[in-house]
Amino acid sequence: MAGHQTYEEQKALVFRGLMLLGAITIVEVFIALLAKGHMIHGVEFKHGFGHYLYMLLMVAFSLYKAYFIIFYFMHMAYEMRGLVLSVLLPTTLLIWAIIAFFQEGGSWGARRELIKEKNEEVVQPAPAGKPTGYLMPGTVLYKG
Amino acid sequence: MADTSVTHAHDTHEHESDEQLWEGGKSPLRASYGKIMMWYFLVSDAFTFAGFLIAYGALRFSMPTWPEPDFVFASFPFVKAHWPLVFVTVMTFILIFSSVTMVRAVQEGHRENSRGVVFWMFLTILGGASFLGCQAYEWTTLIVGENMTVSQNPFGRHIADGIYLNADGTEAKNEDGTAKTFKKDESYLLHKHDGKFDIPKIRYTSGSYAGQTTEASFGPPAFGALFFFITGFHGFHVFSGVVFLTIIMLNAGGSLYAARKNGYEMVEKIGLYWHFVDLVWVFVFLVFYLL
Repeated sequence: MAGHQTYEEQKALVFRGLMLLGAITIVEVFIALLAKGHMIHGVEFKHGFGHYLYMLLMVAFSLYKAYFIIFYFMHMAYEMRGLVLSVLLPTTLLIWAIIAFFQEGGSWGARRELIKEKNEEVVQPAPAGKPTGYLMPGTVLYKG
Repeated sequence: MADTSVTHAHDTHEHESDEQLWEGGKSPLRASYGKIMMWYFLVSDAFTFAGFLIAYGALRFSMPTWPEPDFVFASFPFVKAHWPLVFVTVMTFILIFSSVTMVRAVQEGHRENSRGVVFWMFLTILGGASFLGCQAYEWTTLIVGENMTVSQNPFGRHIADGIYLNADGTEAKNEDGTAKTFKKDESYLLHKHDGKFDIPKIRYTSGSYAGQTTEASFGPPAFGALFFFITGFHGFHVFSGVVFLTIIMLNAGGSLYAARKNGYEMVEKIGLYWHFVDLVWVFVFLVFYLL
């Protein structure tokens, strides 16, 4: 609880929060429209380095908004250290979840073409009289 | 305020034994039981939303194309123009405003000012209800106007350069006589005519598909499913938030919380929940509309 702040300070914080969150949102949308080529004709950041920079910037802005909401609107800044850590530390598990699942998703995407090719492959039937299946010639399965 | 009174009570018994601590009266983490449990509920809820959003990312990375948000989310009420991301920015502002009014309600609660609490909570409820109205408009546009469902997504993007063909296989022309071409990554929306999708024939002129004639395909169906499930789950949080806010506003207007003399702690707890709904929207906004 923000017990050590005066009422006037608290009200000022609310106004500052409104201005801050609103300004960041407007900047975000402006940069998004610029990057997607809606602002200046011929200018866009949809590929390569510019696109990575754009995504990084958007994530950074969002994380800052999240920090402000948690620490000042939800008063996390005035809570005891133990409570802060027990709420925030578990969320670091998500870092691994993001790395692992995005890697996995990328791998599915990379294999899509391979799966398509394999599905379209014409398999020659084995000549009659010869053994078929997975066993290599000469494999002995059972010795009495 | 609850926690200061607890601290003062303990200043006088600083040398109490461990056995005496078992008698209660001291809050672990210097917060009330209800507030701590609200925090831990929000942690678990954050993991649920994170699971959804990470699934969105994994599926998006696994697809050769993905619909562009500035093409899909471009409608605005009463305006026929293509205004990318403007409406969802309005929705974001509505949630920010309702979060700010919620902070004011909590502050008035600490001052035991019942009228202030009711006034600011009422504005918060208005914000939540307007957000739900905006979401209803957005969903209606997508479902009725653009035929998107959980299993069908008419928003596609071309995987290579190419040219549109007429039904008889000849090259389609624009009104000025030039060939009707498209570029790689260009977005399109398949429209319905008389209840049936009107799917254009195309021929690719670049990439490994060059020379192939085919039909424009639907976009990844996962996009529709993820959009409706994730924004729906968030919208459900907003809806239940509005319901709880209404109940607590009515209680605050009566004498229930004033009698508890704990600085309207119930308002503080629903405030935590409401800010969390805004917090989740920050990431839904990032993942669905900005990236």
